[in-house]
Amino acid sequence: MSILQTENLTYVYGKGTPFERTAVDNVSLTIEKGGITGIIGHTGSGKSTLIQHFNGLLKPSSGRVLFNGEDIWENGKIMPGLRFRVGLVFQYPEYQLFEETVYRDIAFGPGNMKLPEKEIRERVLETAALFGIDSAMLEKSPFELSGGQKRRVAIAGVMAMRPEVIIFDEPAAGLDPRGRREVFDIIEKYCRKTGCTVLIVSHSMEDMAAVADRLIVMNHGSLFCHCPVNEAFSKSGEISAMGLDVPQITRVFSMLKKENIIFDDEVYTVDSAVKQITDYLSRKGGEGRC
Amino acid sequence: MLKDITIGQYFPGNSIVHRLDARFKIIITLIFIVMIFAANTVWSVAAAVAFLLLSYALTALSPSLMLRSLKPVIPVLIVTAVINVFFFEGEEIFRLWIISVTDEGVKNAVFMLIRVTALIVGSSVLTYTTSPIELTGGIEKLLAPLKVLKFPVHELAMMMTIALRFIPTLIEETEKIISAQKARGADFEHGSLRERAKAVIPILVPLFISAFRRAEELALAMECRCYRGGEGRTRMKQMKVKPADIVALAVSVIFLAAVIVIDILN
Repeated sequence: MSILQTENLTYVYGKGTPFERTAVDNVSLTIEKGGITGIIGHTGSGKSTLIQHFNGLLKPSSGRVLFNGEDIWENGKIMPGLRFRVGLVFQYPEYQLFEETVYRDIAFGPGNMKLPEKEIRERVLETAALFGIDSAMLEKSPFELSGGQKRRVAIAGVMAMRPEVIIFDEPAAGLDPRGRREVFDIIEKYCRKTGCTVLIVSHSMEDMAAVADRLIVMNHGSLFCHCPVNEAFSKSGEISAMGLDVPQITRVFSMLKKENIIFDDEVYTVDSAVKQITDYLSRKGGEGRC
Repeated sequence: MLKDITIGQYFPGNSIVHRLDARFKIIITLIFIVMIFAANTVWSVAAAVAFLLLSYALTALSPSLMLRSLKPVIPVLIVTAVINVFFFEGEEIFRLWIISVTDEGVKNAVFMLIRVTALIVGSSVLTYTTSPIELTGGIEKLLAPLKVLKFPVHELAMMMTIALRFIPTLIEETEKIISAQKARGADFEHGSLRERAKAVIPILVPLFISAFRRAEELALAMECRCYRGGEGRTRMKQMKVKPADIVALAVSVIFLAAVIVIDILN
């Protein structure tokens, strides 16, 4: 069943001024319930603008956005409670922390939902546990934490609202490789456990290859393709032409292919590469060791 | 929206006005301000406005920018004009209860409206065509004589440069924070005055923190490049007086003289 849908969505910045620019151009797409969808595109391809339409932060210049089949701007007014049902984690979300304690910051979203105190407490504790935030840290000021910890607190603040759809804008930006893996692991675990629909904006094909089920590729404000990950990577030539990096491992394998060492074309994670290489070596092993 | 603010904004270009020396542009703007407030008759006001329109035309900027700079001050303009209508003695045109509207009042209101409008457009011509760096450089040079009195001219100019540089950055930052808190269900439009005042906290705290962080980073970056204040500091772009600067100054002085002469003759 489709949960989010756009119909001919167009958004123009600074309409009627000399700075007028079409950021999203006639995009129609349907996102099914559940699973992780990666949204990739180079800088300025309109991905951040696109996602701000999903929770009604931006109003389309033309076209419609549907949530569960209903227009979110019916009668020109935003669907009530939409922002609690479609969560959006901005880029560098740690810059939005403001409360005195980590606990109160995570409780800000659920508090805005006017939930009873007990329910808020339950949600905060549950989300904190998921992110490995212990009770000692909950009582600390968010500004005493390290960068990676702040990031996790900020993401927890959105997740505690338990939205049906949760959108992340570059959730791993500026983190070290370990921090990146941790963030993606938590997102993946959470998505699989709750069946929540996840959208991740990224410009890293590498990360998306590892976590996403489907990919939306944006180019100059228009939709380039929306398909399962392996299908998207079969267009890797066109994708690199757009200025996006195909995963290193995919590039290595296409080079090997040029050297006439033939592997399956669709290698885009290190794990599948290991498998392919061991298979190849054992096959070669049958012909005598080298 | 916050993005509509154009005061202090710079629109790069290559017109005659853009290329004038910043020091001269500042002085000419001051001359213009004196001119518009000295003008007291229809003809002298017309001369001052003609001077303004001439300089605006020479900037080659679109007239819609002029209107945009005026948009935020329309309420101020209206209030100023209305107050002026009522507070001048003269021949009564008509009477509303105890308020009498006089010919002098109407004349003054119209003049005041033109003056304030011209003042805003005039200073916009300066900021639209002069980059913040040139502007503060110009101010620093013009205030240089005050160094004798131990006035921290360089520090003041540096503070202005930094402040101007960070206005767009902080506007952008504020918009981002507002969106992020809205995404967490923060409501800035509804509720009582007290609730709405409280709703500002989630914007102000992150904004202050980021401003402090930026200040710290900037200070560090300046120190890394051996910034030691104004002592012995040289400029990459030396300001040189060009013939065009002299001509522009002469034209403005002539207009000022003309305005004063017209006033005296009447």
